[in-house]
Amino acid sequence: MESIEKIKEVVSQAVTGAQIEIVNSTPAAQQPALLVDRDHFYAVAKFLRDDPRFQMDFCSCVTGVDYLPKDDKPGCIEVVYHLYSVALKQGPIVLKARAPREIDQCHVPSLTPLWRGCEFQEREAYDLYGVKFDGHSDLRRILMWEEFTDHPMRKDYVPPTDYEWEPTPHDDTLQRAAQTQGVVPPTALAELEKAKKK
Amino acid sequence: MAIIDEGLKSELQKHGIFVLPIEQLYNWGRKSSIWPLQFGLACCAIEMIASAASRYDLARFGAEVFRATPRQADLMIVAGTVTKKMAPQVVRLYNQMPEPKYCIAMGACAISGGPFKDGYNVLKGIDRYIPVDVHIPGCPPRPEALIHAIMTLQRKIANQDLEKGRRPRWYDEAAASEYTIPEYGEHDLQPPANPEVWQTPRNYRDVTLEEVKPA
Repeated sequence: MESIEKIKEVVSQAVTGAQIEIVNSTPAAQQPALLVDRDHFYAVAKFLRDDPRFQMDFCSCVTGVDYLPKDDKPGCIEVVYHLYSVALKQGPIVLKARAPREIDQCHVPSLTPLWRGCEFQEREAYDLYGVKFDGHSDLRRILMWEEFTDHPMRKDYVPPTDYEWEPTPHDDTLQRAAQTQGVVPPTALAELEKAKKK
Repeated sequence: MAIIDEGLKSELQKHGIFVLPIEQLYNWGRKSSIWPLQFGLACCAIEMIASAASRYDLARFGAEVFRATPRQADLMIVAGTVTKKMAPQVVRLYNQMPEPKYCIAMGACAISGGPFKDGYNVLKGIDRYIPVDVHIPGCPPRPEALIHAIMTLQRKIANQDLEKGRRPRWYDEAAASEYTIPEYGEHDLQPPANPEVWQTPRNYRDVTLEEVKPA
């Protein structure tokens, strides 16, 4: 398979107006990704699936990543697709799309019409990160129950305080256990003192 | 339970007369034919299947058939992590079992949430909602541990008294045999635990909240 720069060139020529950026992941992983803007995301994915040079017919993984706002960079929720070609035995091509973290603006186009395998995985990303997929036929929660309101994999998720009893609490579990009506074992008291002093 | 003089017992046995209280006979029948409900949730279910297979045969202990329906079962082996989404169904199935019924919490996850205790969807122990008779620690517990749990349960059943005033829960008309099913709340199950069934274990020295509250 060609290098990521070549792929970006080919895709940019085929899909007019697409803003593609190469996002290098860590040198250890050696898996650079194509960051595409939301408006052309579907077109780029369709091109990669249909073009005879790529034939990306297998979407193996869809996941979300939560980036909190840091320094001057605004936070975002990123959706990552790993595409492989079973016909040409090549891959992976990693596609990324970003959306703002606010719930009402957090939506990306759904690639389920292109690959059926995205259906459940996009539901999982919606359930755990809160990112809506426009064009998904059945977008509802898959791991948590329907009445649940939070999105657990977000970095600012606060789990419910049901830490009434903890046998070996430490770090923030110790703080949480101390806040609820539970008791703290005497051995953990020293640790709590140290944490208070810090 | 009525005690029969040992000397008299052995004398009569020599003549082929077997004397024992009705309770012992009744309990012997019940403990020797415990029918579990097949209820494997996660990895501990594999160990449960292994102990029901030929090497660690569970059928020797009377658990010949794992019933598919709770209506015909008298033991529920909760094997595996109980997620909060699954918890109301577990309680519903336990309610559907007719008395006398028992519950074994198999593995660390069913006892207290286990290695996944901090998970967003993990219920910290099934004993928050239903009364558990035997807990088996382990991750997963070996088939021999499950067999030991069945034997402990058998001993518990053998010691159950039928005389008035000392009856177990299932023979007591006033006691509840159905437990409240938790509802799906917005952030957690409602209620997070059943106060009739589960109280915070307090096995540490009493430490007041004031001393412990972070500044």
